[in-house]
Amino acid sequence: MNSEATATVIQRERPPQPGPLSNALAFGWRAVLKIKHVPEQMFDLVMTPIMFTLLFTYVFGGALAGSADHYMQYFLPGILVQTVIFNSVYSGMGLCTDLGKGLFDRFRSMPIWPLSPFAGLMVGDMLRHLIASLIILGVGLLLGYRPAAGFSGVLLGLLLLLAIGFGVGWVFLVLGLIMKTPNTVMTMAFTGTMPLVFASNIMVDPKTMPGWLRLFVEVNPVSSMASAMRDLMNGQATWAGIGLALLTPLILTLVLAPVTLWLYRRR
Amino acid sequence: MMEPLSPAIAARGLVKVFDEIRAVDGIDLDVPRGAIFGLLGPNGAGKTTLLRMLATLLRPDGGSARVMGHDLESASQAVRRSIAMTGQFASLDEDLTGRENLIFLAKLLGFRGRSARHRADELLKAFELSEAADRQVKDYSGGMRRKLDIAASLLVVPDILFLDEPTTGLDPAARKSVWRLIRALANQGTTILLTTQYLEEADQLAERIAVIDHGRKIAEGTSRELKAAIGSSFLHVTLSDPARVEEAAQLLEQLLASEVQRSPEGMALSVRVNPPQRANLALTKLAEAGIAMDGFSMAAPSLDEVFFALTGHATNAGSAPGENA
Ligand SMILES: Nc1ncnc2c1ncn2[C@@H]1O[C@H](COP(=O)(O)OP(=O)(O)OP(=O)(O)O)[C@@H](O)[C@H]1O
Ligand SMILES: [Mg+2]
Repeated sequence: MNSEATATVIQRERPPQPGPLSNALAFGWRAVLKIKHVPEQMFDLVMTPIMFTLLFTYVFGGALAGSADHYMQYFLPGILVQTVIFNSVYSGMGLCTDLGKGLFDRFRSMPIWPLSPFAGLMVGDMLRHLIASLIILGVGLLLGYRPAAGFSGVLLGLLLLLAIGFGVGWVFLVLGLIMKTPNTVMTMAFTGTMPLVFASNIMVDPKTMPGWLRLFVEVNPVSSMASAMRDLMNGQATWAGIGLALLTPLILTLVLAPVTLWLYRRR
Repeated sequence: MMEPLSPAIAARGLVKVFDEIRAVDGIDLDVPRGAIFGLLGPNGAGKTTLLRMLATLLRPDGGSARVMGHDLESASQAVRRSIAMTGQFASLDEDLTGRENLIFLAKLLGFRGRSARHRADELLKAFELSEAADRQVKDYSGGMRRKLDIAASLLVVPDILFLDEPTTGLDPAARKSVWRLIRALANQGTTILLTTQYLEEADQLAERIAVIDHGRKIAEGTSRELKAAIGSSFLHVTLSDPARVEEAAQLLEQLLASEVQRSPEGMALSVRVNPPQRANLALTKLAEAGIAMDGFSMAAPSLDEVFFALTGHATNAGSAPGENA
């Protein structure tokens, strides 16, 4: 480094203190860059749901709903909910990796809005949810899925999906902050979410289930999310149904956002 | 009425306990503004822990500190506005390119659009990283990461810069550059608190040095004061015959009643002589015993020897590789 270079480095120029929004946008920009640099991640995120869609529709569809076409109408909105939930698990794992690397030490020693790293993670999540959902929806449309509520129904469905992703996301951010390794985050997350996702009405209408299981499926919040998605895209949505689907994400956000902040700031 | 300027760092009785380990066990530290202050100590001494507390990354379990006049505990956000830290391990986003890392952090600090990119490019150029600017950091070498990490701490030149082993992993030319940069920063008012494994680095750079061991400060002063405090000179002897090194070491230990340090290759011995005149006797006795020498010299203690005398163990790294080879 010559003296001219040194002189440019050491000039004391300080831009005005940025606000929380500006901080959050910077983190959002980082999230977009990460999607750009690691596109294979998107591949991981959409392959499983696409396989699920193909297998369930063509292997079980006939038995479950009379015909594959029929089943597709039932299944596709639900698989979007499953995608968003499993997507969020990866985000918790990513947070855990970042924390282990010392990157967050830099954030924590900077004069920024303390919640902005999480706002950024959420922005990234929303983008990934949206891209993954559009891809899956596209595959569904190719295979014969027809949303009765048309474009506006799909749009409202996507909005509901983002709200669900936002609320559920906090659970895995908290796990990412508590657990020591990304692998434990994954194990814990899937152990917890598998029963909720599979013992829901995403794949099968609970009518044929034994009574005790049916009871569980009916109170399972994942079922209300899947039902609301189905109804929105079919044009049969009720305010009560949408409210019920939003209740869990709302509660999760109210409870876990402060917990996230507390865990992040504890030192 | 004007208050006198507060010191850059004023810490009293800082304590940090991990499980059973008292990683930092009651340290007082006073660092005046614009100083280059070195923390020296063996592995596990508590240097990183001390720095992390002062950078608001760890909450002290005891004691208190003011950083640029702001209380560490009650005004941590104000502290963060005055500091920047380059930690012992790289704090960069591996997936992003070098330039994107700097632009992102510049945006966080309030640079907008074009000025963020301009500041990032300036630093990339100064740290000779322009060519690698568009490669992802995961493809950087250790030294390149180190440079980018230091650059990231200078996007906005802070009042206090914490550097945890800033030159570990840098080649000699890059190390010299960083030294020059540190001096230039201090010249125009930035206070620098650095840790190092390289005694030569502390000797060359730091105006004051605190020696830390087992979480406590065991000595503090200028490099010259620390050397003088040992109060004695050192005799260095280079032997011709490797077979007789042990014999010579025992002889010197007996005569001078002081522990002998062996060079890594084993052929050179150093020992404290107090008073210095006793060196004559020692050399005579070696000659009488028929132990041939390639050379000998008397010297004031090096910081290495001071460190050894104070902590009872040598630093793991010794002096900077490549600097005096
Ligand atoms: N997060 C932690 N949890 C438990 N123990 C820790 C933690 N961080 C540090 N320690 C312990 O505290 C002591 C001091 O560690 P520290 O990293 O501060 O030493 P250091 O002087 O920086 O060493 P080095 O020269 O190796 O970097 C060590 O015994 C270490 O094992
Ligand atoms: Mg350390």
